[in-house]
Amino acid sequence: MTNVLAIFAEGEGSAVEFPPIENVVEWPAFFGGDTFYEFNKIALMGLIAVVVPTVLFLVARASSSTAPSKLRVFVESIVKFIEEQIAKPGIGHGFEPYVPLLTSLFLFIAIGNLFEVIPFFQMPMNARMANPLVLALVVWAIFIYVGFKNQGFRYFKDIVWPGHVPPALRPLVGFIEFFSVFIVRPFSHAIRLFANMLAGHMLLITFSVLIIATLGQIAASASGVVLALGFVGSLVGLIGFTAFEVGVGIIQAFVFSILAAVYIGSSLHPAH
Amino acid sequence: MSLASNALMLAQQLDATDAKNANAAIGAGFAYGLAAIGPGIGIGIIVGQAIQAMARQPESAGQAQTTMFLGIAFTEALALIGFVVFILLKFV
Repeated sequence: MTNVLAIFAEGEGSAVEFPPIENVVEWPAFFGGDTFYEFNKIALMGLIAVVVPTVLFLVARASSSTAPSKLRVFVESIVKFIEEQIAKPGIGHGFEPYVPLLTSLFLFIAIGNLFEVIPFFQMPMNARMANPLVLALVVWAIFIYVGFKNQGFRYFKDIVWPGHVPPALRPLVGFIEFFSVFIVRPFSHAIRLFANMLAGHMLLITFSVLIIATLGQIAASASGVVLALGFVGSLVGLIGFTAFEVGVGIIQAFVFSILAAVYIGSSLHPAH
Repeated sequence: MSLASNALMLAQQLDATDAKNANAAIGAGFAYGLAAIGPGIGIGIIVGQAIQAMARQPESAGQAQTTMFLGIAFTEALALIGFVVFILLKFV
C-alpha cells in the first residue's frame, strides 16, 4: 500500500489537471500508422463488435428450432426485442425487411459502447466521431433509397412542397423540411450518439483524475477531512457513474436504432 | 477593490493567446450551461407526462416508454450540440 501511495505522490503534483483531450480519445496505432489501414484500439473494438454478434448468431443458428438451446433462446429474445420495441413502433406496417438492419445496428453500437466499462479498453467505440457518422450516413442513404423506391418522386415533392400546409407557407416550410431531412438529419443522428458517449467518457476520466489527485495529496502526507471526503466522494462517484454508463450505452444504442426505424418509416409510408 | 486591481494587473500581463484562451473557457462554460437549461426542462416535462400516461393506462406502458425515449432523444440533441460546442471552444 505504501508503495502505491508513493507512486501517486511523486507522479501528480498538487494541482488537479485534466489531461489534454488528445490523450484521452486518440490511441496509437498497433500497426500501419498514418496509412489508410491504420489499426488502433478503436478499430480493434469495431472488429470485436462485428465478430461477437456474428459468431453468437451463427452458433445459435446451428441449434435446432424445435428444441432450442439456451443461447438460441437468448438470441431469439434479442431479435424479438428489436421487432417489438424498435421495428414495429418505429416503422409500422411492412417492418419485416428492416429487422436485420436494425438488429445489426443495435448490437454493433451496444457492444461498442460497452467497451467504456471493460478493463483494458475503457473507451467507448462511438466516442470517435467517425463511427457514428458512418453509421448515420448508412441509415441516411437507406432511408432516402427507401423513400424514392416506395413513393417515387412524390417522396421528394412531399418534403419540398408539402400539401398539408397553406400555399403561402409552402416555400418556407419546404425549405426548412428539405434542410432538416436531407442535411441536418444524419449529423444530429450521429452527434446524439457521439456526444453522449464522449460526455460519459470524460465524466469517468474526471472522477479518475480527482481520485489520483486526492490520493496524491494524501500520499504527500497532507491530511484533512475535506481531502478524505473528496477521495471517498470521487471513488463512490466513479463506481456509480460506471454503472450508469452501462445503462447509457445500451439506451443510446436503442435510441440510435429506433431513430433509424422512425426515419425509414417516414420514407416508407406517405404522410396522410 | 484590491481583488479588482489585481485582476486588472493580471489582465495587463496577459498576452493575446492567454486572453483568447480565457475568453474561450468562459464562452465554453456559458455555451454548455445555457444549452442545458432548455433540454433539462423539456426532458422533465416529457418524462413526467410519460409517467402520467403509464399510471393512467398501464396497458399502454410499453408504447408510452418507446415514445418517451424518442422524445428524449430529440430534445436532448440540443444539449448535446451545446456539449460539442463546449469541446470545440475548450479543446480545439
